[in-house]
Amino acid sequence: MDLDALTGCLASTACLVTQTTSGLIIGMLLFLVAVGLTLIFGVLKVVNFSHGAFYMFGAYFAMTAYQMSGSFALAMLCGAAGTAILGLVFERVFMSRVYGANVLMQLLVCYAFVLIFDDVVRMVWGPEFRSMGMPAAFQVMPLFIAGGVIPPYYLLLIGVALSMALILGLGLARTRIGKIIRAAAHNPGMVSALGINTGLIYGGVFALGGMLAGLAGALAAPVRSLTPGMGFSVLIESFIVTVIGGMGSILGALIGALLIGLIRSFGSLGFPLFTEGLMYLFMVIVLVARPSGLFGKEIA
Amino acid sequence: MTELQAGRTDSLGVSGVELKSQRGQYLDVLVALAAFVVLAILPVFFGSKALLDFVIRCSAFGLFATSLNLLVGYTGLISFGHGMFFGLGAYGFGLLMQRTGVSIPVAFASTLLITAVVAAVIGAICVRLKEIYFAFVTLAFQMLIHSTILSWTSLTGGDQGLRGGIPRPVFMGLDLSNHLHLYLTSCALLVLGLLLMRQITQSPFGYTLRMIRDNANRASFIGIDVWRAKLMIFVLAALFASTGGMVMALFVSGAYPEFAYWTISGEGIFINMLGGITTFLGPMVGTVLLLTLNDTVTRLTEYYGIVLGIVILFFAIGLRKGLMDFAFDWYAQRRDQVRERAR
Repeated sequence: MDLDALTGCLASTACLVTQTTSGLIIGMLLFLVAVGLTLIFGVLKVVNFSHGAFYMFGAYFAMTAYQMSGSFALAMLCGAAGTAILGLVFERVFMSRVYGANVLMQLLVCYAFVLIFDDVVRMVWGPEFRSMGMPAAFQVMPLFIAGGVIPPYYLLLIGVALSMALILGLGLARTRIGKIIRAAAHNPGMVSALGINTGLIYGGVFALGGMLAGLAGALAAPVRSLTPGMGFSVLIESFIVTVIGGMGSILGALIGALLIGLIRSFGSLGFPLFTEGLMYLFMVIVLVARPSGLFGKEIA
Repeated sequence: MTELQAGRTDSLGVSGVELKSQRGQYLDVLVALAAFVVLAILPVFFGSKALLDFVIRCSAFGLFATSLNLLVGYTGLISFGHGMFFGLGAYGFGLLMQRTGVSIPVAFASTLLITAVVAAVIGAICVRLKEIYFAFVTLAFQMLIHSTILSWTSLTGGDQGLRGGIPRPVFMGLDLSNHLHLYLTSCALLVLGLLLMRQITQSPFGYTLRMIRDNANRASFIGIDVWRAKLMIFVLAALFASTGGMVMALFVSGAYPEFAYWTISGEGIFINMLGGITTFLGPMVGTVLLLTLNDTVTRLTEYYGIVLGIVILFFAIGLRKGLMDFAFDWYAQRRDQVRERAR
């Protein structure tokens, strides 16, 4: 425990700005992963345990595309599109077979793919740590705000994540497709009776969730190291985010992700060894006070 | 299966039930004794250390997985944090032996006591929650304990684990540093643990648990305190998991943070699914299957995950149930067919 470091940081604006930005970065990446998880749960009622693998694939796809083409935009696109296709195939071929089955069976299928995907990455890209490297366009002087250091890439990352949140929120609330998705979440039988292909909706939502996780992985690739199994800690953290925010709630995922991001960045100052413990402690407190999460619907 | 049995005992009348359950109890004890005798004379014929090691590991994981099935299969509580009690058992026992120098039975009993207290506190918070939320909150507690173990370096040795070995003073001729004694002790603990768990599942309390699993509302309407029953089985299951952890700590002569990591809980769930959750011995079969699979696959290929993943997919999508469940249903189907034909 190092409370002096924490109070010292809270007293200086420079440290405050730096830590808050790094918290926001963690939070935004987590949000992108968690919002996919929460969407898939909300519509398909499936806890996608293999969601971390999509994050991992997004990062590796982006790295390969960047190394081959040298274009950052193309790398992001490849990361997102590749995982979207992967999500669609995964849902249609495997997950759709266990919808009626026991929850444990669904978890088991996902667990199997966590193992398989990790090994596939190990086969294709090797077991060692890889890194994509920061694109030249962002290798410029960092910004200084109130004495705190903010790399420009961080601003892009926050901007992309926030616009995704906005697009998703508005898209679900205002568009026709959004309405159909919400209807399918509420009563799939009725939706399919009205002549809408629910299988397509399910596949599409899974692809969307996979794409968001892949985008998070692609965005994280320049700032984090890539390794098989990298999806795992992200998965656990995004579970915490969805549970804190409330399963199925997009706003909840955003707030939960930001809270967890800030807990991580400030907690690492005050409790360097117990940072993870703080997150779990927070989750326990939230769940005990509000079992359905901060923004979840009350369970009947 | 359980409903069938219940229906059958109903038609036998009260005295019939008692007679049958008593006969069943004797049978269980006999089977347990026979199993122990077989395990005990095993070293006489097969002296290989690898085999004995395998049985010891099976004892540790078998106790853990079967106790998890008390929650998952019998009560419908899908715990994702059951591994915390496995870790707690290993660390509690290891620390007591290293720091206090008490005799082994005292350390054993004290660890069980500590586990019971911790499980009662955690359980009191968790069992109020339903389904997926119960799973997540148990997972959170598991990770909380894991983080505590990692960060409390002065007590637990942090990520290095408890090192320096666990002292094993000889107790009444029982010398646990002797491999054969350790083997016999783990077998005894396994058989005894399974027998006790079997008694729990066959007792009226065990049938209360099944009722809670099938319809918790109905159970509470007829006057059962659901919260108390769930808490009780949560604590009882924790005790057996802790025993499994102690066997593991004795086997590796230490305790490592991985014992309290969530993957242990994941493996426990996986073992249950592999073996099947509707039969009592399903988890035990699953344990043997998984450990055998582990040992052979890691010897054959470095891509262990792919092979294991495909096996899991075969079970989850192909059979859609565990091995014992599959065999049991298949047998029941065959029996019915034979009866049809006889008619």
